[in-house]
Amino acid sequence: PPERKRFYQNVSISQGEGGFEINLDHRKLKTPQAKLFTVPNEALAIAVATEWDSQKDTIKFYTMHLTTLCNTALDNPTQRNKVQLICAAVKFLETDTVCYRVEEPAALAELQKNEWDPIIAWAEKRYNVAIGSSTSITGPNIPASTKDTFISHLASYNMWALQGIEYVITQLKSLILSMGLIDRHITVEKAVLLSRLEEEYQIQRWGSVEWAHDYDLCELRARAAAGTLFVHLCSESSTVKHKLLQD
Amino acid sequence: MAALGSPLGTLRGLLRELRYASAQAGRPYRDTPAYQHVISAFRAHRVTSEKLCRAQQELHFQAATYLCLLRSVREHLALHQEYHGKGERSPEEVAGLVGFRLPQQPGGKG
Repeated sequence: PPERKRFYQNVSISQGEGGFEINLDHRKLKTPQAKLFTVPNEALAIAVATEWDSQKDTIKFYTMHLTTLCNTALDNPTQRNKVQLICAAVKFLETDTVCYRVEEPAALAELQKNEWDPIIAWAEKRYNVAIGSSTSITGPNIPASTKDTFISHLASYNMWALQGIEYVITQLKSLILSMGLIDRHITVEKAVLLSRLEEEYQIQRWGSVEWAHDYDLCELRARAAAGTLFVHLCSESSTVKHKLLQD
Repeated sequence: MAALGSPLGTLRGLLRELRYASAQAGRPYRDTPAYQHVISAFRAHRVTSEKLCRAQQELHFQAATYLCLLRSVREHLALHQEYHGKGERSPEEVAGLVGFRLPQQPGGKG
């Protein structure tokens, strides 16, 4: 289907009962399920408004990651509750990218050890857990106590922030890298590099194909950045309308 | 805390991205809510100074993350337009690829 044309001149934000709203000319933005689009935090509203105001002739929804995240939080299309979201997030630890090691080629195995061991060590220290890594096809053996610690930690986040966390984990294919981002231990660029370590290794060996490699790289950076920003903005208790974030 | 570079560098980069984004709307970027929010946040927390306290570091991280978002979206879109956005070639273009021209039929097909 052809892209929707930009049908509005002005984008503005206003404060309603449930939070901040986005106005496209005189129309109030709605979610895909036709709910009123409200966000709990002014900075997030401004960033969403900026996405809408950046659209030129046609509306490119695939570039509007913050809008998408807000829609997911408001509509909850997968109908998951907080417990289900947390379990989905922690389950990723069993197949965490940074824990899954190759044995060959030796250069890649070495690269994985040098780049991924430190971030695992950081997570083990920060959360006081055992994680480890594995070359086995079944992946690392994560102790139940480790999972419990992460479940407990994630439970401290509200529903909106959790949607964001689960999104970042799904994009990076790693709970550990995502926590590194959320805890501000690594930048988005670094997290994406670590997530794409094998691709980067192949690119260094064989060369880069702009229309594929750079394309994927930019897209993953955009999504990881959006998710991280979303989590941080939804977690700032001083600037957030709590009524909207109730689980 | 992640290695972020200089706060001033981040601020400059962020304002540059906001300027690019505003070029779409044709409105001076200094009028946009995003620009005003970023400037006032940096001023309020004085994030351009050399040594940063924790709150300032958190703000700097947020700014760097937002910069990454804006820049990556712009770069991704540019790549998309370049490589994936052209759609199908018209019959004239296809003929031109192999050195032909389509016949002119002013009265339409008989």
